[in-house]
Amino acid sequence: MFKKLILGAAAIVAAGSMQVTTASAEDSLYIPSLTYRTGPYAGNGTPFANGYADYFNMLNARDGGIGGVKIVVEECETGYNSQKGVECYESTKGKGPLAYSPLSTGITLQLIPKAAVDKIPVFSMGYGLSAAAVGESFPWIFNYPTTYWSQLSAILKYIDSKEGIKGKKIGFIYLDAGYGKEPIPLLDKLSESMGFTVAKFPVAGKEMQNQASHWLNVRKERPDWMIMWGWGAMNSTAIKEAVKIRFPLDHFIGNWWSGGDADLGPVGKAGKGYLAANFSGLGTDFPAVQDIIKHVVDAGNSLVKDKSEVGHVLYNRGMFNAVVLAEAIAAAQKATGKKVITGEDMRVGLESFDLSEARLKELGLEGFTAPIKASCKDHEGGGSIFIQQWNGSAWEKVTDSITPMTDVVRPLLEEAAKNYVADKPEWKTQTCS
Amino acid sequence: MFYREAGQYKTNYKDDLATFPILQDRIAIGIYLVIAFVAIPIFGNDFFINSMMIPFLIFTLAAIGLNILTGYTGQLSLGTGAFMGVGAYACYKMTTIFPDINIIILVVLSGVFSAGIGAIFGLPSLRIKGFYLVVTTLAAQFFLEWCFIRIPWLYNYNISGAIEVPQREIMGVIITGASASPTARYLVVLSVVVVMTWIASNIIQGRIGRSWMMIRDMDIAAELMGVRPLQAKLSAFAVSSFYCGVAGAMMVFFWLGAAEVESFDVNQSFRILFMVVLGGLGSLVGCYMGAAFIWMLPIMITIAPSIFGLDINAATVEHINFMMIGGLIIFFLIMEPHGLARLWSLAKQKLRVWPFPY
Repeated sequence: MFKKLILGAAAIVAAGSMQVTTASAEDSLYIPSLTYRTGPYAGNGTPFANGYADYFNMLNARDGGIGGVKIVVEECETGYNSQKGVECYESTKGKGPLAYSPLSTGITLQLIPKAAVDKIPVFSMGYGLSAAAVGESFPWIFNYPTTYWSQLSAILKYIDSKEGIKGKKIGFIYLDAGYGKEPIPLLDKLSESMGFTVAKFPVAGKEMQNQASHWLNVRKERPDWMIMWGWGAMNSTAIKEAVKIRFPLDHFIGNWWSGGDADLGPVGKAGKGYLAANFSGLGTDFPAVQDIIKHVVDAGNSLVKDKSEVGHVLYNRGMFNAVVLAEAIAAAQKATGKKVITGEDMRVGLESFDLSEARLKELGLEGFTAPIKASCKDHEGGGSIFIQQWNGSAWEKVTDSITPMTDVVRPLLEEAAKNYVADKPEWKTQTCS
Repeated sequence: MFYREAGQYKTNYKDDLATFPILQDRIAIGIYLVIAFVAIPIFGNDFFINSMMIPFLIFTLAAIGLNILTGYTGQLSLGTGAFMGVGAYACYKMTTIFPDINIIILVVLSGVFSAGIGAIFGLPSLRIKGFYLVVTTLAAQFFLEWCFIRIPWLYNYNISGAIEVPQREIMGVIITGASASPTARYLVVLSVVVVMTWIASNIIQGRIGRSWMMIRDMDIAAELMGVRPLQAKLSAFAVSSFYCGVAGAMMVFFWLGAAEVESFDVNQSFRILFMVVLGGLGSLVGCYMGAAFIWMLPIMITIAPSIFGLDINAATVEHINFMMIGGLIIFFLIMEPHGLARLWSLAKQKLRVWPFPY
C-alpha cells in the first residue's frame, strides 16, 4: 500500500506537470520573466523585475495590450542561479514564450545554445555574451543597446576626454565570474592602442562583502582611475572601501550594473561624486513613466513597495527592457500581419528593430535613451551610453550620449564570434545580404 | 500481507545473501525499471524529464559517491562539488581534444581523473578524522574551485570562463548539446546510473565494501583483523570521487549544457551532503530518496500553485518553498534520525506483518 501511495503520488505529479505545459493561452502574447527577488542579488533584481512587469501591465491597462492582444507576464524565480534559470526556461518554454531576458550572464550563456533549437530569441539587454552582437553568427541572440565591450570603450573614451588617458594607470575591479571577466580581452587590447596600463582586481563572489584586501592592493597600485564591473552587494562594498582609502570617487566609474539606487543608497552622502555608466533615463519625468504610475502603481497592480521606487535606475532599466520587447512585438505583428505571434516572428521583429528619436517621443520617452537601430548583421543596435554621478542622495546625468568606439570594437566582436562558432560544426548561422 | 514470504524457501547461502531476498522486492525493482526505462520516456514531457528526472538521477549518483565515503567508510567530506567539477572539466578537455571518441566512454574516463584527485586529497584521512578531515576536504574544495577559475587551459581560454558542451552523437543519435532530445539524454543518464548503482551495490557487499565498513565501525579493530587502513581509506576516496566525477561530467554534458565554476561550489557539496544525510547514511536506496526529496520536492512545491490555479507571486512561492523544505528536513530528521531509507525499511517491516502485528 505504501508503494502504491507513492506511485499514485508520482503519477499525480507527472500528470500535473504535463498539464502545466498545455495550459497556455491561445490568444495572448506570453512573456516569461526570469526574476530574482530572492537571494544575494535581490536588491538589484527586484526593481528591475518591477519595472519590467509594470510596463507590460501598463500597456494592458492603457492600450489593451499590443495590437489589441493582451500580454501575459509570468514570473519565475531564479535567485540568480544558473541551474534554477534553466529550470525556469524548461518550465515556461512550452507555453509559447516570445523572448527571454534572464538578467544574468550565467543564465544567458546557458540559453544561447538552446535559443536556435527551440526557436525562441534571447534578448540580453546590455549583458551576456558580447560576441552575440554579430548577427550572422548569433541569429537568435540580441543585446541592445550596446555590449559590455562597447560600453567599456565608451567609458575609456570618457576618461580620455576628461584628462587624457595616455600614460595613465587604470584599475579594473570586477566580479570574478563570467560577467566580470567578459570585458577583459578588450581592456587588454585597448591598453596597447590607447597607451595606458591596467591593474586588475578580481573579487570572488564569496568575498563580495569583504574587499578590504582588494582595496589595500588598490592603494599599493595607485591607479589614476578605477573602473568597476560589479553586481549586487559588491558595488556598495567597493564604494565604501574606496571612501575608506580616500580614493577620489570622481575617478571611480562603475559600469551600468554598478550604478543603481540600491547600490548607492547604503553609502549615502559618503558616495558623493561616484560615477557610473547608464543607458536608461533617470527619474519619472517621462510621460510613459507617468502612465505607469497612473495605470499600474496607483491602481495597486504593481509590486513596488513604495511609489518612490518608480524612476530608480534599475526600475527604469527593467521598464526599458519591456519597451524594447513591446516594440519588437509591434514590429513583428506588422511584418507578419499576424496578431498573435510566435518566437520565430519575434526574432524578425527584434532584427528589424528601429527605435528612432521620433518613435521615442511617441512612446513618451523622449531623451530616455539614444536611438537604436538593429539589422541582420548588427544585433547590438548602435546605442550609446551616458555617465551619471551620485550627488549624495540621487543620480544626476552629467554627460551627453557617448558613442562607443565601434571601429575598434566591432572587429574584435567579429573575431570572438568566429572563435565561438569555430568548434561547433552544428551551429546555425545566417547570411546577411 | 504484501510481504508474505511464506513459501519462499532459501535452499543455499547464495539465495540467503541475495541483495533482494524477497520475491516481491524483485518484482517491484522490475516494475520501477520498466517505469523508468519505458513509461517515463513515453509519457513524460520535456519539463518533467529535463528538469526533474535527469538532475534527480545525476544527484543520486553523486549522493551514492558521497555515501560510499561518508556512509560506508565514515570519512566526512565537503569536497563533493569540487570532485564533480574535476569530472566535468576532465570530460570537457578530453572531448575537445579527442572529438571522435564516444562521449559515454569519456564520461566514465573522466571519473578516473576525479578518482586520482580524490585519492590525493584523501591522504590526510590516514592521520586525521572527523571534523579535522572536513577541514582538509574543504581545502580541496576551495583549491579546486580556484583551479577552475585560474587555469584558463581547463576551459579552453573561453572569455567568460564557462565550459560549453559541444554536440556529440552515438549511432546517429545526438546525445549532448542543445539539439539533443531530453529523452535521449535521459536514457543515457538512466543507464549509467542504473549500471553504476548495481556496481556500487556489489562493491559494497564484497570484500572491499566490508573493509570500508569495518574501518567505519572501529578502525583499530579493523586494523587488528588485517584490514589495511591505507588501502581501505584511499580506495574509498577513489571510488567515491569516481562516482562524483562521473556525476559531475553528466551534470554538465547531459543536463546543464554549459557550466561555470559556480555549479561546483561549496553549496553543491552541501546539497549532496544533505541528500545523503536525509536519505540515510550507508544506504543506496536512501541516495535515491534523498536526491528526490532535495531536488524534486522544491520543484513540485513551485509548480503546485499553478496546477491548482492559484495565482501566487513567484517570489512568494520561493519563500514558502524554503520554509517548507527546511521544516520538512527538520521534521524527518526528528522522526527518523537515520534518514528516509530507515523509514522505508520500517514501513516494509510493518507491511510484512500487516494486518496481524504481533
